[in-house]
Amino acid sequence: MQLTNRRKVVSNKEQSFAERLYLPAVAKGMFITASHLFKKTPTTKYPEQTRPMAPVYRGQHVLKRDENGAERCTACGLCAVACPAEAITMESAERKKGEESLYREEKYAKTYEINMLRCIFCGLCEEACPKEAIFLTDRIVDAEYEREDFVYGKDKLVEKTDKRIDVTKRQTLEVAEFKKIEGTKHNTLWDGKKQLKDKH
Amino acid sequence: MISFIIYKAIVCLAVFLLSLGVAAYATLWERKFAAFLQDRVGPDKAGPWGLLQPLADGGKMFFKEEIIPNVSNRFLFILGPSLFMLTSLMTGSVIPWAKDVTIDGKTYALQITDINIGILYLLGVVSIGVYGIMIAGWASNNKYALLGAIRASSQMISYEIAMGISIIALIITAGGTLSIREILAQQDQGLANIVYQPLGFIIFFVCALAETNRAPFDLPECESELVGGYHTEYSSMKLGLFLFAEYINMFISSAIMAGLYFGGYNFPFASELYSAMGLEEGSWVISLIGFGAYFTKIFIFICVFMWVRWTLPRFRYDQLMNLGWRTLLPLSLLNLAITVAVEYFRGNIHF
Repeated sequence: MQLTNRRKVVSNKEQSFAERLYLPAVAKGMFITASHLFKKTPTTKYPEQTRPMAPVYRGQHVLKRDENGAERCTACGLCAVACPAEAITMESAERKKGEESLYREEKYAKTYEINMLRCIFCGLCEEACPKEAIFLTDRIVDAEYEREDFVYGKDKLVEKTDKRIDVTKRQTLEVAEFKKIEGTKHNTLWDGKKQLKDKH
Repeated sequence: MISFIIYKAIVCLAVFLLSLGVAAYATLWERKFAAFLQDRVGPDKAGPWGLLQPLADGGKMFFKEEIIPNVSNRFLFILGPSLFMLTSLMTGSVIPWAKDVTIDGKTYALQITDINIGILYLLGVVSIGVYGIMIAGWASNNKYALLGAIRASSQMISYEIAMGISIIALIITAGGTLSIREILAQQDQGLANIVYQPLGFIIFFVCALAETNRAPFDLPECESELVGGYHTEYSSMKLGLFLFAEYINMFISSAIMAGLYFGGYNFPFASELYSAMGLEEGSWVISLIGFGAYFTKIFIFICVFMWVRWTLPRFRYDQLMNLGWRTLLPLSLLNLAITVAVEYFRGNIHF
């Protein structure tokens, strides 16, 4: 039976005189290496040069705040459910009086952790989020010495009020269309139509 | 007399510095050239284009911890690399680097010494060079080092024979002189020796690769089998001496090949160029141009050495011995026989 047509009958036949001389083979090899002298190096001299990055690169996550600086996340857990790598864990808490400026809705995430070693940066958390709270950004997760250091808590994930992170590039039209579907229409923060007008 | 000593001292120092400088920059060029052959960039962080890399490498070697195994023979352990370095530096002394310079009616030869048996001297010193490796490998008291040393000595002895016979053929075409100075001067008029000795040159080149322990004949320091070969136990600058001496050997053997077979400081239409520039015999400009030509040839040979290294895989040891004894030796004998026959019928040899 033959599964592929790539089968090759191996023979151990005696070498011809030219083959035993090795000189033709040596010349061939020398020619191959010499031809590489004139090829372009594909090297990127990293610290000085960087390779172009896609604007929608999926890197380190951010937990967005709203325009008033309150955290958007309500600890619904949809991102954790959507996560195929089970990298996300969270604990929810109830907002107390006087915390309205900190948390947008009555429920918020007391702790929110993403294990960056587990994360595969697929972006499903972002897709699942009904509150436009979690986004992947074009930042690269830093190298660490310890495994524990890769578990990012709220201190590293939540956007700083004085250092807003722009995620408009990741709010694509497809996402906007998806969010328009009845039943998932729960987010009034961002209107896909507006961006449609801006783009065209 | 004193002026003679000063002049010789200057030439000695110049050749010494030239050998060391070329060896230092050959290490850089080796890495650069390997990078070019492999579509890489190579070292480029130390200075512009990595030009200070040899300094950085040397500094690294100096500041590394120096380890002398307590089971080794201390005297021989230190003697090994010293001898290897010494012999590789000594080989440069019989090479004429350029034409003689005449200053104030006095002629100065740009050569440390012109021995009338220069080629024999070369072969002798090269043979002593293997003692450095042998002593180093033996004094290390380490089986890998010893195996490397044994390989090195048997390899060098095997290839010296074919090398010697190919040189004999060259000497016959050159009219029986053993002085390198005269062999180079002869190629001033007429053709370079490569035209008369193409087969001899190929044999010599292969043997030179084996003598300098360069790939594909680098079995004495075969990493995959012998850790580091004869220099397994060496560290710090003593290891540096071994690596450095290898590059000096490469430089000198390139110089010998460029000199004996490719005319050294001579190049086509040299005398026409000199007369067109209005230069007289003995002018320092002629020497400078000649030295430039010689150095270009040496550089090309060094590049070929590296090109071979980064192309061909290492031989198996029995293949190495087969090539040496069963291919190169008969070929060199054949070359010698043909040379003798041709020279006899041309009437240059009388029995």
